[in-house]
Amino acid sequence: MDFLNSIILLTNFIIVPGITYGSQLALGAIGVTLIYGVLRFANFAYGDLMAFGTMVVILVTWFLQSKGITFGLLPTALLALPVGILLTIVVSLFFDKTVFEYYRNKKSDPVTFIVVSLGIMFVLNAVVRIIIGPNDINFMDGHKFIMKAREFKQMTGLNEGLALKSTQVITLITTIITCSILFYFLNKTKTGKSMRAYSNNEDLALLSGIDPKKIVLLTWIIVSILATVAGTLYGLDKSFKPFTYFNNLLPIFAATIVGGIGNPLGAFYGGFLIAFSEIGLTYAYKKFFKYIMPEGLEPSTLIQFISTDYKFAISFAILIVVLIFRPNGIFKGKVI
Amino acid sequence: MIKNSEFKICFSVMTVLTILVGLFQSWGIALSMLNLCLISAVMAMGVNIQWGFAGLINFGVMGFLAIGGLATVLISVPPVTEAWSAGGIGILISGLFLLAVVFSVLIINKRLSNHKYKNFFIFVIIILSIPLLKFIAGPSISKIESINAATSGFLGGANLPIIFSWFVGAILCALVAFVVGKVCLGLRSDYLAISTLLVSGIIITIVKHEEWLSRGVKNVIGLKRPVPYEVDLQNSEWFIKLVEFLNSSKLSNVIEFDERTSLLNQLVISSSGVFVKLCFSLIFLAVVLIILYFSEKALNSPWGRMMRAIRDNEEAAKAMGKNVVKQHLFIFMLGSAIIGFAGAMLVTYDGLFTPSSYQPLRYTFLIWVMVLLGGTGNNYGAILGGFVVWFIWIQSAPFAMLVINIFTSHLNETSYIKEHLVNSVPYFRYLMMGLGLLLVMRYRPKGLLPEKIIKN
Repeated sequence: MDFLNSIILLTNFIIVPGITYGSQLALGAIGVTLIYGVLRFANFAYGDLMAFGTMVVILVTWFLQSKGITFGLLPTALLALPVGILLTIVVSLFFDKTVFEYYRNKKSDPVTFIVVSLGIMFVLNAVVRIIIGPNDINFMDGHKFIMKAREFKQMTGLNEGLALKSTQVITLITTIITCSILFYFLNKTKTGKSMRAYSNNEDLALLSGIDPKKIVLLTWIIVSILATVAGTLYGLDKSFKPFTYFNNLLPIFAATIVGGIGNPLGAFYGGFLIAFSEIGLTYAYKKFFKYIMPEGLEPSTLIQFISTDYKFAISFAILIVVLIFRPNGIFKGKVI
Repeated sequence: MIKNSEFKICFSVMTVLTILVGLFQSWGIALSMLNLCLISAVMAMGVNIQWGFAGLINFGVMGFLAIGGLATVLISVPPVTEAWSAGGIGILISGLFLLAVVFSVLIINKRLSNHKYKNFFIFVIIILSIPLLKFIAGPSISKIESINAATSGFLGGANLPIIFSWFVGAILCALVAFVVGKVCLGLRSDYLAISTLLVSGIIITIVKHEEWLSRGVKNVIGLKRPVPYEVDLQNSEWFIKLVEFLNSSKLSNVIEFDERTSLLNQLVISSSGVFVKLCFSLIFLAVVLIILYFSEKALNSPWGRMMRAIRDNEEAAKAMGKNVVKQHLFIFMLGSAIIGFAGAMLVTYDGLFTPSSYQPLRYTFLIWVMVLLGGTGNNYGAILGGFVVWFIWIQSAPFAMLVINIFTSHLNETSYIKEHLVNSVPYFRYLMMGLGLLLVMRYRPKGLLPEKIIKN
């Protein structure tokens, strides 16, 4: 019984939140890694692109709600998602046409790209805050819990409860669907293969008759979809605040580089690695050891590796360790 | 050097902007803008040394500014003796422990340099040391933080003059930059950008949450000043006489004695604020000029030529026998020290240290916009960028307000759109910054005052 209790405890406080947060990071990290792989720069405006997509979703959600349209048990935001994706694609392509294309044709160095992405970051930051304001917005509606901790306790008779929020399940399912489609597309279809070929060796791809304009267009479309989906899932699960989205860029970068920059599968694993180490290392294991240790040997301290204040710092530290020892990432990214 | 045309451009822009604001808004606002412009110019020069001279991309500006700010607290605040007696020994022991860890890592790194599991050993030591450190320091930290939690709750500082802390901030930053540089400088440009950004994130987290050191989010207020306080000025004989003399024409118009005294009082109060800011301006201006002088000297010296050579072609410089790694590390430390100096100046000017206010947008990327806009590789460019960008940053809210009022004049006062736009006025400055950066990068990629190619 104690063993079961301890397992439930870990599931409730580490595994479920870890999978949720990991999925959100993974979706974001794949977006960053695709930009890096195909367009060859680190996009600092990505966090704000996520915020922009989520903002559109929220606005459409509000509009739908005012018209009395909801999605039953599911959050209305899922209905609004396509509109959000569409507008984010439009914005991405707009910035690509007006800003990035010029530097791509000029073959500028990566630093120039970073700097102009900073400019876009400022602009998007302002646009989001001017339109929707800097405050916390909770736009989750529909059914909140699939299983409440109390119900679980009554059902199983265990001491520990397992709460399952519907947003957590939605996040997981959406991530599975999005990633399966994406990896199918990248690995099996001709367009996906040409995209990988372009990312791998630009000149060779051009010689083989791959149209770079089409690849760039496609990359921005995929990236916008990923950014909007990841942003909306994060916002549904926690809440929407422009500043948080900007800050989330940092663990996303960490996940990208840890997984090997330019490597989508690596970014996927990197997201989970970062999420689980952030949550696992800041969790206080006192209660867990109370269950599994024999009586009399219970720990008196919290058994917490590092305090929760340092949650973000963990992902940064992991990144720096990886950069020192394996600069190409754990899963061997590209070396451009 | 003084007869330089760029020098003239820089300082005439600065004077004109200050006078314009002084005439149209108020002299108090003008001087505080000038002061922040000067501080920004120092920050921009620091970044310019790293990016413009050596091509090192440092997105960790925020972290170094915070370290400079922390130095003001550690130097100028009086020590909290109770806290020291309660937990000082514990902190010292954990400091020694930390040193021991660092040394053992260094020794392992050196002795076992070819060992297969070297990295593994280092990793294990670092991982083990964190919980141990917490175990050693934890009780003393909670003791320190519980003493007068509302007013102190930290160890305090050394109770020295605050000017001293500017130099200490610079030294601390150079030390941190040494460690960061050893770890990160070997990385490629975009990796370096990301990793320095993340390192600055770690620094901010530490400053924010180690309350025994910096009071964390509870802030440290009422720091010392290198200039007189307003209240002291208002009570000093010479200052009242000075104000009376300066405003003699205004005062002579008022005949009645009571009215005259009250007017004089008002003038004394308002001009004491201006006087204090003026003192700050003079100090900051001196700092800017000194750093500019040395920076220009360095840029035009053989050393500066070598740095540019390394920046423009690392391989060629290496082939010429220049130690690129060492020079990069040195210039990274130098630039970071100047940034830390500016961070300490900023906190001194504000009179308070608020760790939670350090955000990358304002303290890293804005400084970068200054450098890029002003002109990379040109010290005058950095100063000009500092002025222009800070001016736009401050004045874009009133400007946006004006534009909004013009465009929504046909709307009702209570209209939702108008109200919403007026509420979001502060965010137009981000829009201005972004657009400004994009336009400069497109049409003047070398900045307003481009680097001069010196041909010998």
